[in-house]
Amino acid sequence: MSDIADRVKKIVVEHLSVEEDKVIENASFIDDLGADSLDTVELVMAFEEEFGIEIPDDAAETIQTFGDAVKFITEAS
Amino acid sequence: MFDLTGKTALVTGASGGIGGAIAKALHGQGATVGLSGTREAPLVALAAELGAQAHVLPCNLSDAAAVNALPKQAAEAMGSVDILVNNAGITRDNLFMRMSDEEWDTVLEINLTAAMRLCRGVLRGMMKARWGRIVNITSIVGSTGNPGQGNYAAAKAGLVGMSKSLATEVATRGVTVNCVAPGFIETAMTEKLNDEQKGNILVQVPAGRMGTPAEIGAAVTYLSSPEAAYVTGATLHVNGGMAML
Repeated sequence: MSDIADRVKKIVVEHLSVEEDKVIENASFIDDLGADSLDTVELVMAFEEEFGIEIPDDAAETIQTFGDAVKFITEAS
Repeated sequence: MFDLTGKTALVTGASGGIGGAIAKALHGQGATVGLSGTREAPLVALAAELGAQAHVLPCNLSDAAAVNALPKQAAEAMGSVDILVNNAGITRDNLFMRMSDEEWDTVLEINLTAAMRLCRGVLRGMMKARWGRIVNITSIVGSTGNPGQGNYAAAKAGLVGMSKSLATEVATRGVTVNCVAPGFIETAMTEKLNDEQKGNILVQVPAGRMGTPAEIGAAVTYLSSPEAAYVTGATLHVNGGMAML
């Protein structure tokens, strides 16, 4: 697993208080990991800080799963 | 009780009577205060009076870019913004039938839209800290209405609805959003009234006197305190019984 994926996973595990093995490629933050809409906003904020990138609102809306987040951040950073 | 040591508070309209009293009250409980307002001289004077832990942050609230930049400037000056008090407000009174679009827009922009922008700007830090207090200063007229103040009353009532909506969104993050609604308070604005005008207003106030800015400061201090953690989406009316809402 890439370094970016590890760092994203760490943020998701800490923020949503979920088991690490639940955070898989297709895991949806809301449907599978118990996030509410405010959690997803906070996750995006945390990603922005961790990776020093800007995630615009329209892009943030497309980040639904762990895999989406890793893909977006890999391309952006 | 109500100890604000280590907390940081941004107060808009701190150059005015009520805003200055709010800043003094929060500072008196140990908070570091960021004094914002359009006129710099009174802010500098207030900061000098308060001594340490007071920062001057001038801002023109009709300038969207300046408003959006203020939370960051405040956080840079104070380290964070734990408490936001949206106190700044203006009036452009006119009978409704004569009210211009400009009078309407100006009052809504400064009294409501600027408050929204500042709330939005401070939320990120508060959410991360899992602690925050937003206190929006509304007015009795937002609940009761007042002739000649259709624009002002709309903005103040708008603040109440905005505060309640935001309160529901951020309650799980330890951030509370409340309003304080002053009634008839001794300020530069009410000093201009003659005795007859004051008398006419005071007959409507069961307490039989005007309120003081310090009494608004005390209400804001309570809602800003750790002890008020379970109070959110509320409006605290401070009006001597003028309207019991």
